[in-house]
Order: sequence, then C-alpha cells, then structure tokens
Amino acid sequence: MERVPILKIGGVLLVSIQIDLQDQSVLALQEDLAEKISATGAHGVVIDISAVEIVDSFIGRMFATIASISRLFDADTVVVGMRPAVAITLVELGLTLGGVRTALNLERGMKILGELGRERRGAVTHFGEFPRDA
Amino acid sequence: MPTGADGPEQVAISGDDDVVRVRQLVRTYAQQTKLSLVDQTKLVTAASELARNTLIYGGGGFARVEEVSDGRRSGVRASFHDEGPGIPDLTLALADGWSSGSGLGLGLSGAKRLVDQFDLDTEVGRGTVVTVVKWKR
Repeated sequence: MERVPILKIGGVLLVSIQIDLQDQSVLALQEDLAEKISATGAHGVVIDISAVEIVDSFIGRMFATIASISRLFDADTVVVGMRPAVAITLVELGLTLGGVRTALNLERGMKILGELGRERRGAVTHFGEFPRDA
Repeated sequence: MPTGADGPEQVAISGDDDVVRVRQLVRTYAQQTKLSLVDQTKLVTAASELARNTLIYGGGGFARVEEVSDGRRSGVRASFHDEGPGIPDLTLALADGWSSGSGLGLGLSGAKRLVDQFDLDTEVGRGTVVTVVKWKR
C-alpha cells in the first residue's frame, strides 16, 4: 500500500495526492493526518487533488471525514484543485462533500486558511482569553 | 494493460488494490474508444463504485471490460461478477441513500446515473452481475 505524504508549511499541513488511491491508503491518510495535526498543532489542512483523476463516494467521504477530524483539533480543511470532469461527475453521482470547503487552486486555498486563522485569533483576542460564551 | 481493443479483458477483484486495477483498465479502454474526458471520468467512477460493491458485498469476484459497438457508435462495456449473497430487494438497493453496509448508499444508484446503460442481474444465494455501457457521443 502506498502512503500519501503530508508536508508542513508554517501552520498548514499540505496533502498532495499524486497516487491512484486505494481504500487502505485513504484510511491510512486519515490516521496519519490526525496524528500530524495533533503533533504539530497545525491550524489548517490543504488537500490538493489536482492530480486526482476520479473521486468516488469512498474518496469523497474521506474529505468530509478529514474535515470533521481536523475540526476536533481546531483546524480548517480546504480541498483544492478539483478537475472539471471530477466536479461534473461528483454532482451527477449525488455526492455532496459534507460542507467541505473547496478552492480553485492551492494559492487560493492557502489564502482562505490564512484568513480563517487570523479570524480565529482575532475572535479570541476580542472576547478574551477564555471565551466562555463562544 | 490490454493488448488490444478487441477481446474482453478480465481482472480478479479480491482486494482493494484490485479496485484500483479495475479503474486503470476501464480508463485504458475509455481512452482507446476516445470517450470524452468527462465521459471517461464518469465511467471510471462508476466502475470504481461497482468494483468496490463486488469486493465488499459480493465477497470478491471479477470485472470484465471490452469495447463494444451497436453499428452506429462505439462504447465501453464493463461488467462486475460475484457469487455473493445476491440482492434481495432491488428497488431498495437502487434507491439513493440506502446501504446495507457502511457506504453512503450511492454506489448502485450513483453508478447508474453515470452511465448510458445499466443492467443488474441478481439472485439471492447465487450472486450478482452488474453490466454498464458508456457510448461515445
């Protein structure tokens, strides 16, 4: 089984999927990411799927699962670089990505994560260090 | 990899790396038949769902892929064979959101939407064969 590498760039973890994903690789990636977010305290995860030729229901569900796991570690997830043919197929398949944030490309994805990170830090400063009502 | 576009080619489905192999074989045929990129993607995605069904619900089996023609146009036919428990309630199995396993329940109904022809032959206790065709536009 091939593993998908996870790179750390500042406070963001970058996952660039360059292999034809088998289900075991998908499950391993979920586990590896949870470990890595927990270990690094990353505030964001970018999943680059510009090299991914198909997203079926199993792979699509992975994005939603990763986003949910990341949330538990107070990190945001953005899926970037979806190919047009993949987007059309996903819609026809009937798969919504469970509210996972997407961006056109890596650059925009990083920008979104930067803004979300700033917003969150701003909110904490504004409401005090322990925002009990939040 | 297929040696030519003539005869059908078979791949055993007994592990999840075989699902990847089925995807690659179907893609090769879809490219040879010159399906559009969107149609290639739809067919390969449907094949991925169906191969996973064969593995998870059918307990394994095989896929067969071939180029077909109806005289007017060419296309790719892929069939998925298992000798598993079969599907007792077809209407239910083809309904969106229904799943007997851990899936999203989009496998069969989703795959059906992605192809031009969809055939399901199943018998409880005997197994299931799902055949799909995508025609070149």
